[in-house]
Amino acid sequence: MTPAAELLLEGREVTKTFGGLAALSDVSLTIRRGEIYGLIGPNGAGKTSLFNCLTGLYRPDGGEFLLEGKSLAGLKPHAVANRGIARTFQNIRLFANMTALENVMVGRHARSRTGVLGAILRTPGARAEEAAIREHAQRLLAYVGLERQSGSLAKELPYGDQRRLEIARALATEPKLLALDEPAAGMNATETAAMRALMTRIRDDGVTLLLIEHDVALVMGLCDRVAVLDYGRKIAEGTPAEVQGNPAVIEAYLGAGMAA
Amino acid sequence: MLSLLPESLRHDRRLVWATYAGLALLLCLLPFLVDAGMGRTWVRILDFALLYVMLALGLNIVVGFAGLLDLGYVAFYAVGAYLYAILASPHFGLHLPFWVLLPLGAAIAGLFGMLLGAPTLRLRGDYLAIVTLGFGEIIRIFLNNLNAPVNITNGPQGINLIDPIQVAGLPLSKGLDLGILTLSGVHAHYYLFLTLTLLTIFIALRLQDSRIGRAWVAIREDEVAAVAMGINTRNIKLLAFAMGAMFGGVGGGLFSAFQGFVSPESFTLMESIMILSMVVLGGMGHIPGVILGAVALTLLPELLRYIGPLQQSLFGRVAVDPSDLRMLLFGMGLVLVMLFRPEGLWPSPKRARELHPDSPDVSRQEQEDLYDASR
Repeated sequence: MTPAAELLLEGREVTKTFGGLAALSDVSLTIRRGEIYGLIGPNGAGKTSLFNCLTGLYRPDGGEFLLEGKSLAGLKPHAVANRGIARTFQNIRLFANMTALENVMVGRHARSRTGVLGAILRTPGARAEEAAIREHAQRLLAYVGLERQSGSLAKELPYGDQRRLEIARALATEPKLLALDEPAAGMNATETAAMRALMTRIRDDGVTLLLIEHDVALVMGLCDRVAVLDYGRKIAEGTPAEVQGNPAVIEAYLGAGMAA
Repeated sequence: MLSLLPESLRHDRRLVWATYAGLALLLCLLPFLVDAGMGRTWVRILDFALLYVMLALGLNIVVGFAGLLDLGYVAFYAVGAYLYAILASPHFGLHLPFWVLLPLGAAIAGLFGMLLGAPTLRLRGDYLAIVTLGFGEIIRIFLNNLNAPVNITNGPQGINLIDPIQVAGLPLSKGLDLGILTLSGVHAHYYLFLTLTLLTIFIALRLQDSRIGRAWVAIREDEVAAVAMGINTRNIKLLAFAMGAMFGGVGGGLFSAFQGFVSPESFTLMESIMILSMVVLGGMGHIPGVILGAVALTLLPELLRYIGPLQQSLFGRVAVDPSDLRMLLFGMGLVLVMLFRPEGLWPSPKRARELHPDSPDVSRQEQEDLYDASR
């Protein structure tokens, strides 16, 4: 990553409070195009709240996000997805009773336009679009290694496959930024390695990644830059090596006594 | 249309076409067979069965596809029925043609669908059910009371002498002379209703297998995930309400013209629940199942009328008043189906798997797994 790399996402003093509790206070961060940006922090540090503010599920009480210099403030979640931010969820949220293929096809919704009349009359345009949606979805399933499971219901898939299906579905929206909420949670070493390879490949194919992860080894090995949240504040940002040596980070993770 | 057939039949193309041809022939001959075997009343019941298929398919879009529990569906049926009654009867002296009023009824009912949908967008499950139930009642009460100060709906007396459907300038209710054979009124309506029902099925199937249909199901499955995938849930939900309501509006117009009379009594909560039962009992979200549910629930109460004569022949006297027994047995039937087939009489293969994990599909796979392990 050269320092001059283009800015993709900028968070400016994002604040979110629930009652008196500040889930996020004045969090600012910058993500450059083509990097893998890690977001770490102890439980309850505000990582998922940040994701929710970013994707429009929460409305921040202060501050804003800008994607390619354009503000995302006030946009509904579907509009944020249209702008080019896709996400996965910490507790996998697939369309359980749809097949793997259908799940990914739903992801193409924002990038297709057939309306009611087109659907009923099945115009040549609608037909072509439907075929393109299906073909694109099949390609993405193959991309994450699920081509053989395309006809299985999402809920019948093993846990690791569900994680990968969620990523395929998010990729179907053609995101510029893919936000992954703990993609390797609950995975064994082999599965984690495969997930890591997948994330690297996604990045190499031109999608910027924002990643919440608890597996420190994974974050340190994979991310270009890392931000650390603690009690809703950003306490450190930098390359994994820089962050690892930061006393504030050690204190947040291990308690005050260890930092000395 | 292929999806209407069970999976085992789909492999052989010729068999598929033979099945369709047989089905088409049966549907064409049905009113004559029924007329000959069971009498004219039953052809009329058949007409109503088709009407309810249309209504149930409309409600299925809202409840089955989009997962929005709507207990006020009958309101749209009422809107369609009254629109036709008001604009084609001596009540105001207006006699607009049926073929104009049918699409108009669909459009106005669709508009009402959106009106109902708009304030309920944030509601789900029980809360949505209560609000829609209220909406259904509001419409009925309006119809009941809009006879003063200006008499629009003629209140509880209802509107009478509604124009019949005209085909080539002749009223369909008087029958149709086709030269080689003469169709009675109920027969002629059967063919009209059948055509419109087939059109409804076609539209429902096309919508289901489209980007729109997938978006509806996605909302049903997980609204948060759906919105994160870029689906504008507000518009897609309103579309579901509108499409469902349009089917209801068409059904209402047909009902009005067929009966020649409408009153608020036809549009009670019971009617909404009946249509919902057709959807649930048939197999929510599965079009063939919903059709089956609608037909079954229209025919069953009528068949149960034979309970009286049956008792007469079995015991030599009528032991229990048939009208008491009829609804009791009907209710019991519903309870039994829900106990033993909670997924409905003819669920989609996916949903059957959901509620019966030990179905042959899965257990066969488990056995194969075991076999692999033992090697």
